[in-house]
Amino acid sequence: MHGLAAVYKKELQDQLSSYRFVILFALIAMVSFITSYMAAVHLRENLETLSATRFPFLMLFSTPGVMFSMIQFVAFFGPLIGIVSGFDAINRERSQGTLIKVIAQPVYRDAVINGKFLAGVTTVALMFTAILLVISGFGLAVVGVVPGVEEILRLFIYLVVSIFYIAFWLALSILFSILFKSMATSALASVALWIFLSFFVSLGAEVAADMLVPIDRKNESTPEEVLRHVHVQEAVSLFSPMVLYSNATATIIDPMRKTTRSFVLMGPLEELLSARFRNPLTLGQSLLIVLPHMLALVAITVICFAISYTIFMLQEVRT
Amino acid sequence: MIIETTDLTKRYGHQTAVKDLCLKVEDGEIFGFLGPNGAGKTTTLLMLLGLTRPSAGAAAVCGLDPLRMAREVKRHVGYLPENVGFYGDMDAVQSLEYVADLNGIEVRAARKKIYELLELVGLQDHARKKTGAFSRGMKQRLGIAEVLMKDPKLLLLDEPTLGLDPEGAIQMIGLIEALNRSRRITVLLSSHNLSQVQRISHRVGIMIAGQLIAAGSVEDLARERFGLGDKVYTLEEVYLEYFQEA
Ligand SMILES: Nc1ncnc2c1ncn2[C@@H]1O[C@H](COP(=O)(O)OP(=O)(O)O)[C@@H](O)[C@H]1O
Ligand SMILES: [Mg+2]
Repeated sequence: MHGLAAVYKKELQDQLSSYRFVILFALIAMVSFITSYMAAVHLRENLETLSATRFPFLMLFSTPGVMFSMIQFVAFFGPLIGIVSGFDAINRERSQGTLIKVIAQPVYRDAVINGKFLAGVTTVALMFTAILLVISGFGLAVVGVVPGVEEILRLFIYLVVSIFYIAFWLALSILFSILFKSMATSALASVALWIFLSFFVSLGAEVAADMLVPIDRKNESTPEEVLRHVHVQEAVSLFSPMVLYSNATATIIDPMRKTTRSFVLMGPLEELLSARFRNPLTLGQSLLIVLPHMLALVAITVICFAISYTIFMLQEVRT
Repeated sequence: MIIETTDLTKRYGHQTAVKDLCLKVEDGEIFGFLGPNGAGKTTTLLMLLGLTRPSAGAAAVCGLDPLRMAREVKRHVGYLPENVGFYGDMDAVQSLEYVADLNGIEVRAARKKIYELLELVGLQDHARKKTGAFSRGMKQRLGIAEVLMKDPKLLLLDEPTLGLDPEGAIQMIGLIEALNRSRRITVLLSSHNLSQVQRISHRVGIMIAGQLIAAGSVEDLARERFGLGDKVYTLEEVYLEYFQEA
């Protein structure tokens, strides 16, 4: 165990004192500050009309500020945090000749990869917790709303899901840092996969749905067909971690949401229903809706790390 | 016997890097491991440490199987890689602290030892200098300090004099000899620097194309090659003779 502790300690120090961490932190802090400020101002103006909402505090995170809400920003930008923290984890050590030196010490080889991954996750967790606390304090000051117990619980779940989301990208970029000897290649591969999974999968979902269950837009398609079309599209888009994450967190943060489906896809009756009965879901109900999404998110993170782990343990180290 | 291998073999695809190696190194000696580039010296050292899995054969290091007891073996064996690397933003003390940490040495004990070792390798004036600014010779000496952190019984040094200026090489060789004498550390070193190896090695082994073609003291090898005579042969002459034959 002393091996894991030693690597973890060193990696955490490295992460926290690196320029890349400072830059990332400054960037995220700035954006979330602006976003939540806008949200807060908007909230304060509308607090009377919004009195029906029981969770004004959570709206700090789900209300779009300038262009996007805090949640959307993390969904989009979070992967980059993971990638930046992990893309050179192993190949840098290889190229500077320190990897062999470390594993020639009396430690298990997995101490290296476990220590690096855990240190990365810790960094992300620290960064995120700090930002959530800042926004919350900000909300208290500007809007003057005090979070209730349930709101704090929801925020906590949001925090945990976000950390898993970023941990997935961290695990992925560590995998690439094992597979590719060059740091530039592994950074590029991670970013390419990020763009693919985040943007093209949604497009691909559309295409797949059109191909599998074509809907005739002129002649009325049967409702069953439309439904199946939507189902295919949703199923395919779940391959995107960004979609998984957005769906999960949107429902957690906004108790008014009763489905992970976007409002556009709702039938008119469903829309009417959800508008008329504006009672928030209980936390348990919200969790039930997003449980599959959260499990999927955890699963892909674990799988990705397990693959990295296995490859790293089997790989020959000569430098 | 601190090292004993039987028919140790390593294949990479079709290529055989090390073939049926039977190497014996005795407790307390300095063994010079010679051979041209690509002969399989590094691969052998890696197998002795359990860092590379042999394709066939077995090894015993300090009486332990490095495959199954890798961590135990690495507790007693220090390995200095051919191009030892450092974290450029750490200074010499921090570098040694990390190695101490990896060896599970308690912080206070490590502190004292770090300065002793820096003194031993002659880096006491550069204790707080970043390793990124170290010269090749300084890096090599810091590397030696790092492998001494665990109080090894056996040192595996891969080309410790490579890339050093003649003076640096002589210093390094002197340091290795002193470690062997005063701390009773067994040393297996691979090198191209034949005259230096001859100066300190009790025995040498010549490896060519994955095979150990000769092992013994320089006089033994010379006698085997050139027969009995009054002439004293240098290691270089012996080495070239073996090399031409192979
Ligand atoms: N990962 C590898 N894949 C294929 N061949 C390798 C690999 N590593 C080493 N070799 C080959 O093994 C042989 C021995 O290499 P090495 O042990 O480094 O020699 P030395 O240290 O004596 O110069 C060389 O011919 C080298 O090309
Ligand atoms: Mg070599």
